[in-house]
Amino acid sequence: MLGEGLLKGLAETAKNFAGSFVSKERLITVQYPEERHPLPEASRNFPFLVYDGADWEAGLRCVACQICEKECPPKCIYIEKSKDKKPDYVGKMQIYPARFDIDISVCMSCQICVEVCPFEAIKMDTEFELATDDRFGGLLQDRKQLAKSNEYYHAIHPTEASEVDARLAEEKAKVEEKARAAAAAAAAKAAAPAAPAAPAATPSPAAPKEGEGSQPQ
Amino acid sequence: MSFTETKAGKFEGWNRPPVIETSDDGELLEVSMGPHHPSTHGVFRMDVALDGERVVKLKPVFGYLHRNHEQIGQTASYLQMMPYTDRLDYFCSLTNNWAYALAVEKLAGQAVPERAEYIRVILAELTRIQNHAAAVGFLAQDLGASGTPLMYAFREREKILDLFESLTGSRMMCNYMRFGGCRVDVSEAWLNAARKVVAGVPRFVDELEALLSSNEILLARCQGMGVLKPDLAVNAGVTGPMLRATGVNYDLRKVDHYGIYDRFQFRVPLGEHGDVYDRYMVRILEIHESVKILEQALKEIPAGPIMDPKAKLRGFKPKPGEAYGRIEAPKGELGFYLISDGGTSPYRYRIRPPSLVNLTILEDMCLGHNVADVVVIFGSVDIVLGEVDR
Repeated sequence: MLGEGLLKGLAETAKNFAGSFVSKERLITVQYPEERHPLPEASRNFPFLVYDGADWEAGLRCVACQICEKECPPKCIYIEKSKDKKPDYVGKMQIYPARFDIDISVCMSCQICVEVCPFEAIKMDTEFELATDDRFGGLLQDRKQLAKSNEYYHAIHPTEASEVDARLAEEKAKVEEKARAAAAAAAAKAAAPAAPAAPAATPSPAAPKEGEGSQPQ
Repeated sequence: MSFTETKAGKFEGWNRPPVIETSDDGELLEVSMGPHHPSTHGVFRMDVALDGERVVKLKPVFGYLHRNHEQIGQTASYLQMMPYTDRLDYFCSLTNNWAYALAVEKLAGQAVPERAEYIRVILAELTRIQNHAAAVGFLAQDLGASGTPLMYAFREREKILDLFESLTGSRMMCNYMRFGGCRVDVSEAWLNAARKVVAGVPRFVDELEALLSSNEILLARCQGMGVLKPDLAVNAGVTGPMLRATGVNYDLRKVDHYGIYDRFQFRVPLGEHGDVYDRYMVRILEIHESVKILEQALKEIPAGPIMDPKAKLRGFKPKPGEAYGRIEAPKGELGFYLISDGGTSPYRYRIRPPSLVNLTILEDMCLGHNVADVVVIFGSVDIVLGEVDR
């Protein structure tokens, strides 16, 4: 019969229409911005810099090695190294970024910077409501705007942040253990001057050297 | 002979002045369809010469979305190109990732662990389902079914994109695969969510079929429309559902044995007439076959590592040589051709995009049809301009 297929299709739409009154599953849209779907934990948008402690400037994990600047595919990261040094999370003196800008109008959210960072310093944010009427300055974020606390990182990516914290704590423990061993060795050496020289206290091999960023890849 | 001159005559470029020819009834009308028109799926233009409503000449004009992809590939490092491949065919970023990763793995001689191969198959087949669902929805949209079938397709597609987002962090720009494996491991919870989504797909396809397959308007406008002959399709290098709708049994998953597709039981749906309706039907049937592959892969996925332990992220320099990696992307054969000179970036980076090659026979399919049918025939090719222009 001509028109049978049409009626069959109409029955399908009618079923969907009527179903949307009784079945929650068929109501798939939400009324943004009043209602929101929760973001999945892996969700990513633009990068931010993690800091430990209360002071963002003192606690920045970034050591300005410039690996992310080099690896960034659209080259949206701009870093200037500092002249002086500040202690990092294990207490070792490190260079810090005097300038760290990300142009988020260029950034394509690929998270390669996160993957190549050896210091767990740069992570992906989930904030997406970043519209501004200033298309140059408003979308060029400096290090103060980029700095977000470790607690914030835990709030948006809990599983990943816990793993990172565990890894950092392990490294710190290793460095402290080494320092303690070195101190003990030095004390023993002082007590018995005839004993063979103990190895000098060296930084943990897990903590990369300062000059790494300038190495050719 | 300068390079603009060929044996056939002088090449006048794409933007030649309009050709005014006359037929028995009067002058031909030259219409420029696109580049800003919803039916052209992006920025694409067709110069159509019309005799009344009948198409007597059609010239596709590409290049409005050209962004130097291949040139960037020759200056950026191998890893840096991975997120750019997402942006070729932005409906199917994961199959693009796979094709590129496959080419680089061939170049560098890397092996992929078992679990990573399974993850790749699962993600590629999910990509195929959502691409075909959207393609069918857009075809119905081009036919004038404004909204309903497309929205049903997008509702289903959204569930798959949610899976992608919870695994890779992004709905469309996944940037997930790496040379020698995958970036993050899938959790048991994710696999269960994927099983649930896959279990719901057949019901959705049945719904879509009830809505469209026997609809008289769709039949009247699709059957016998835009017929493509098998010999022309083969000679023009057409691949994917377009080729299989003409009845040529050619599916790289069966022919090329890439990845681990040999292990799965599935059939290759073939068309008979090569018209728009066959292309529609082949896509619907391919969704069913993808569900079969997914059910097997999700059942058999083994535990284990997901990255080749020798693979490194930075300072990746393959030995000098060349490699061509190709896969059966949802739109056809997607290939990456790479030449390495031992440096950090490829010496030559070339893509064989299925969308562009499938588009080259557009004129042969459209001649003699009405101008409204050009939109439908074009919609049945299923292209993404990001891949056509690169």
